[in-house]
Amino acid sequence: MSNAERAPSQESPTRRNFYVGAIYAIGALISAALGVPALAYLFFPPKALQPDEWIDIGDTTRLAPNEPAEMSFRRNRVDGWKVISEKSTAWVVKGADNRIAAFGPQCTHLGCAYHWDDGKNLFLCPCHNSLFGVDGKVQAGPAPRPLDRYDVKVQGNKLLIGNLRQSGESKS
Amino acid sequence: MRGRWDRLGIWLDHRTGIQTAVRNFLYEDIPASSGWHQVFGSVAIFLFMVQAFTGALLAFNYAPTPGDAYNSLRYILTELTGGRLIRGLHHWGASMMIVVVVLHMVQVFLYGAYKKPREATWIVGVVLLLVTLAYGLTGYLLPWDNRAYWGTVVATQIAAQAPVLGPYLARLLGGGGAVGVVTFARFYGLHVLLLPPATLLLMALHVYLVRKHGVAPAPGDELLPSKKFYPHQVFKDTVAVGVVFAVLFMMAVAVRVPLEQLADPTDTSYTPRPEWYFLFLFQTLKLFSGPLEVVGSVVLPGLAVLALILVPFIDRTRMVNVTRRFAAAAFVLLAAIGWGGLTAAAVLTTPKEAQTEAIDFSAPTDWMQLSPQEMAGVAYFRKENCTACHVVGEHGTAIGPDLTKTSIHKDAAWMIQHFKRPSAIRPGSSMPPIQLTDAQLNTLAAFLLKLNSNNATALDNAPEFASDGALVYLANHCGGCHLVNGVGMKVGPPLNGLAKRQSRSWVDDHFANPQKLVPDSIMPAYKLSPKDLENLTNYLFALPE
Repeated sequence: MSNAERAPSQESPTRRNFYVGAIYAIGALISAALGVPALAYLFFPPKALQPDEWIDIGDTTRLAPNEPAEMSFRRNRVDGWKVISEKSTAWVVKGADNRIAAFGPQCTHLGCAYHWDDGKNLFLCPCHNSLFGVDGKVQAGPAPRPLDRYDVKVQGNKLLIGNLRQSGESKS
Repeated sequence: MRGRWDRLGIWLDHRTGIQTAVRNFLYEDIPASSGWHQVFGSVAIFLFMVQAFTGALLAFNYAPTPGDAYNSLRYILTELTGGRLIRGLHHWGASMMIVVVVLHMVQVFLYGAYKKPREATWIVGVVLLLVTLAYGLTGYLLPWDNRAYWGTVVATQIAAQAPVLGPYLARLLGGGGAVGVVTFARFYGLHVLLLPPATLLLMALHVYLVRKHGVAPAPGDELLPSKKFYPHQVFKDTVAVGVVFAVLFMMAVAVRVPLEQLADPTDTSYTPRPEWYFLFLFQTLKLFSGPLEVVGSVVLPGLAVLALILVPFIDRTRMVNVTRRFAAAAFVLLAAIGWGGLTAAAVLTTPKEAQTEAIDFSAPTDWMQLSPQEMAGVAYFRKENCTACHVVGEHGTAIGPDLTKTSIHKDAAWMIQHFKRPSAIRPGSSMPPIQLTDAQLNTLAAFLLKLNSNNATALDNAPEFASDGALVYLANHCGGCHLVNGVGMKVGPPLNGLAKRQSRSWVDDHFANPQKLVPDSIMPAYKLSPKDLENLTNYLFALPE
């Protein structure tokens, strides 16, 4: 920086430093006042959560032990400012102990739709050959965690399902 | 460490020249007289950046089609963290932008800074003022509530009146005539796609011209040593920016920008009014009638803009000190008085806003959640003038007990007996008996059981159309088939969210002849008086979803 570019010499350096400091301080304050709400706005989830509702998806008497059945149903899903009624499915398995599990229809690897392979007696994802057991646990392939499960309630012979929960445990 | 940063700076400067450019910009010489009066241009640029930033954030959660626009804005306001703040900043920022741009112009005008050779700078500035107003006009429609819709109807009709160009303008702004999806798309396109780059270009040109000719000096400056733009003037600009931002932020936090009901093109009771900075134009229009209307709507504003553009060519005198520019000061004073007078007249003659317009529909308040019976109780509470002896919310005299205390609440049967003969139930009570039927007393009891110290003010503020509408609702036994706020029967459709499903004219026609609109409906026709019909429809339209 040449001398000509510097501030006129009659100015004391403390005064100049005060000006520069104030410019940066006000700039930082404004950036924070705009930036913090913006980050909260973009990253905090919307307040309205998925409404808790139980949907009757079918008759439990149709289920044979350890034979998964794909059941489809219609449910309301909150999508931003809209509530969408959409068709969805669950793979329902009645265990040997008569406990019922309902798995979300997407592979936990990259979200492809998997199906039940009768020959292998496993759930097979066609995208990258992830295999899941009838209990939802990963048997082979790149899937990082067991199949996601819906909350399940049985009322008489009616099977009710609630929210889909991500399985917590990882593969290891 | 410092040496490393300097080396990086030098490396970058060799390749891009960025450091030299910034330095040339910052260490510009400015006249000795420059100071606080010249901060407005920088503040305007700052506010434009705030508008661009908050506008982009809003656009991330906004669906630019009628109907969805309203719902998505409501989603921003009620469900997203900081959404109300960001909308507040954008809304009030727009108003402040107008204020600051006008102040900037007034300063330049008073000081005569538009004179040779700065005519082009001035003209670009006038165009920037028009662009700022265009943002206000197009942005006004985007919430798609009643205010937005009806304000834009008036604006497009004014544009359509323009001589020769009128019909073309109307077609350009929305396919001719009605304000609908096409107008909406065009306004949105203008607001977010066309105007911002135009503003950036014009701003760049404006600043380039300011730099080319230098900041306008005052007479006598040539004898004094010049100053540097940085940090002297930048400091003053930044302080001004800080003050303006602090005011803007406080307004965004403290002053709630309401969201009215969803736009309803069939609502004939609505009185449109433009944003405050357009009110003077609105009022000018009223001074002319019949074939002369076009004078007020198009000719006068057009001439005013032309006069503004021609200012540097009309006043070609030599630069003199601001304290001696009496004519300019007088002109600014006259313009301010004219603008102020027209705006004041417009505010004073605006009919008292209908009750439905004063309500913020972005979130349901307590009174919206009362059952029709409880709401009718509010009507009887007022009719019987209970606040003569009881305090509720901000009204009343504390002669009798405080009814908002839940500890004194008894069951409905006790209350009804008490209403009929107060002194028999509570010896020594000086409360007069209430002359109402059992059914009416029942609604009063229902309302009082709902009352507590938290909701007292909100319930006290329940608009009259809602309590009167609830009376009509009960008198016609609507609850025998319909559900409101979870109370009633499910024979017919629930009435919450009716405003989203049907227009006002549809509801009016439907009351008169349900089968005409819904062939297999079992609802009987209702012949309601116009007043009852209005109250009932307003009430139903105010119900939360």
